[in-house]
Amino acid sequence: MDTQTIKNNDASKKITERISGSEAIVRCLIEEDANIIYGYPGGAIMPVYDELYKYQDKIHHVLTRHEQGATHSAQGYARISGKVGVAMATSGPGATNLITGIADAQIDSTPLVCITGQVFSHLLGSDAFQETDIVGISTPVTKWNCQVTKAEDIPAAIAKAFYIAKSGRPGPVLIDITKDAQLEEFDFSYEKCTKIRSYNPVPETDVSSVKAAAKLINGAKKPLIVWGQGVILSEAETQLKAVIEKAGIPAAWTILGASAIPTSHPLNVGMVGMHGNYAPNKLTNECDVLIAIGMRFDDRVTGSLSTYATQAKVIHFEIDPAEIDKNVKTDIAVLGDAKASLELLLPLLNETKHSDWLQEFKDLYAIEYEKVIKDDLYPTKEGITMGEVLKEINIQSKGNAAIVSDVGQHQMIACRYADFNVTKSNITSGGLGTMGFGLPAAIGAKMAAPEREVVSISGDGGYQMTIQELGTIFQQKAAVKVVVLNNDFLGMVRQWQQLFFDKRYASTEMVNPNFVAIAEGYYIKAKKVTKREELADAVAEMIASKEAYFLEVCVEKEDNVFPMIPTGASVSDIRLE
Amino acid sequence: MSTEKELFTISVYTENNIGLLNRISAIFQRRHINIESLNISPSEIENVSRFTIVANMIEVDVRKIIGQIEKQVEVIKAYYHTLDQVIYQISGLFKIKSELLFEERQIQNIIKESNARIVTVNKEFFVLEKSGKKEEIADLYDALSVYGIMQYTRSGLIAVTKDEMKISSLLESYNN
Repeated sequence: MDTQTIKNNDASKKITERISGSEAIVRCLIEEDANIIYGYPGGAIMPVYDELYKYQDKIHHVLTRHEQGATHSAQGYARISGKVGVAMATSGPGATNLITGIADAQIDSTPLVCITGQVFSHLLGSDAFQETDIVGISTPVTKWNCQVTKAEDIPAAIAKAFYIAKSGRPGPVLIDITKDAQLEEFDFSYEKCTKIRSYNPVPETDVSSVKAAAKLINGAKKPLIVWGQGVILSEAETQLKAVIEKAGIPAAWTILGASAIPTSHPLNVGMVGMHGNYAPNKLTNECDVLIAIGMRFDDRVTGSLSTYATQAKVIHFEIDPAEIDKNVKTDIAVLGDAKASLELLLPLLNETKHSDWLQEFKDLYAIEYEKVIKDDLYPTKEGITMGEVLKEINIQSKGNAAIVSDVGQHQMIACRYADFNVTKSNITSGGLGTMGFGLPAAIGAKMAAPEREVVSISGDGGYQMTIQELGTIFQQKAAVKVVVLNNDFLGMVRQWQQLFFDKRYASTEMVNPNFVAIAEGYYIKAKKVTKREELADAVAEMIASKEAYFLEVCVEKEDNVFPMIPTGASVSDIRLE
Repeated sequence: MSTEKELFTISVYTENNIGLLNRISAIFQRRHINIESLNISPSEIENVSRFTIVANMIEVDVRKIIGQIEKQVEVIKAYYHTLDQVIYQISGLFKIKSELLFEERQIQNIIKESNARIVTVNKEFFVLEKSGKKEEIADLYDALSVYGIMQYTRSGLIAVTKDEMKISSLLESYNN
């Protein structure tokens, strides 16, 4: 009690304790239930690390091998758990290295709190060692950010950060804390933030808009639902399932919406977008009512806007008013939380079966199966396809794995073919398309949900962007299953070069290292598969492993991902070959 | 909705916060929209700031920008109006050599006719202030530039709207 004086502050009746700003940061994180955080120490954040050392029984700090890995791990943690991910870094390069992950979290609405150390406040603006204007730099890619220069402001800033990150449409928040604020002592108390005057995160659902939507849906002959991550973020999976089952509506998903409804559900008609399924893309331009739920009509989903669903009435269930009419003009906007809105919608819907309409999806699926899926999953050619690797993972994991993919061809294949029985199981970089996301995100996911099977699937390109995180896997004993689908190419760019640049393969061929040796260098069990007959056993061995496992599969070098909507084309012009 | 570009005033009620200007201007920058003028001042509500932004754009984009501005945590509310929906003023300052006041009789007439106000006079120079619409200030500039202007600057546009902006009741509803 020498250094801590507990006193009763009469004015606020709060119990306060005299502690340093850096201890306060750690105490705030504990208050916010951040049990695992990811980061990298350095000069300007050292006082906080000193406190993390003292509080290591309450808060587990994971040392990643690069600050980008810290943000992606925090994203993986957030995406699988629904909790706020926390990343920490020092000033200057530590802070700027967080930016890619922050930008990724911003565009994919992932709740993240990033804490950066900053130079002493008297040095601000003087080009001091490792000083960078991280608040300025991160402004366009954060939901909110601020700089704290006084210890007494730390608790309120962190409370606000967690509230903003998680509430409404989630997003990343950054708090930059000067070193003197970390060192200064003050009277600490903590109060969670539940309200900000200027901030209305969840618009209340307007019942009349839901009634109008129900009327339109009940009158529809060919309704189509396209759901996105909003369903997962608001935990509206049950409500969505009830709605599609009662009204008999075929439902498709965006890449980030994947897994909210099991893959095997009879009304789940697949993925929309550039490499999505044939039926939902084609029939987007045939439906009479398009019901978008928690999705934002990204250009990779819509293709050419001038030809997108122009025949349909559009209903948009959305929490973010700025998304309404941003890309697609809606007839009825239902603002509000998806769960609350769908709960209001459900009793207003007529029980219907749209059998003929559903049959159209099945017919188009049959075409896609013949032209694409069969050869992807059951190839007769010599080379291994990415699709058959996914098929083996489905078999061995029984569709219960969380699939964490990177960016590129393998990502599209993973999203197209992975079986999802459980929600929050498709963790990938959707909006930003961040190569290097997969491996560190898988670490965060596995640590947040150790009971789950977590399979990281990367290409040989993206894998090498954050390959150093194998060190984190080793040090943390995180039982991540790491699959690299190696075609010795930056496959997606190569595919575009083949289709649109007359096969001029500019800087897409990769001369790759011995990946197995690298994994083994980190003491991770590793195997390389080059022949089809070895694949099933290798995947089985990987899934059965209790520890981390690295599996390299050498796949056909110049396979393309189809179907494909070329950039700027209409969804109806989706190509099967 | 018109697809022609026109001048809009965008009024943004905000918390007084360091960095918010960056956030708001970034929204225009991303869409490659040039801000014609920008003014930030206290508003009729205590501790609430008001941005008045003028930009030349089409209404569809203004609406999208309003949504993205309102999305910022510290923004209370944003409105947009065309120039005929607001009462606005711009202020111009002209610094001119004092000797011209006596040598060029015409200058005195210009001052009188333009309803400009002399802010200060000393031996070397005098300063004229003119408030009004952009064109009125431009006209005065043209008239005076013949004789030589030592310094000239013009303020951003400030405006009050003809219709009501219910910020106080909105804030009250947030507080409850």
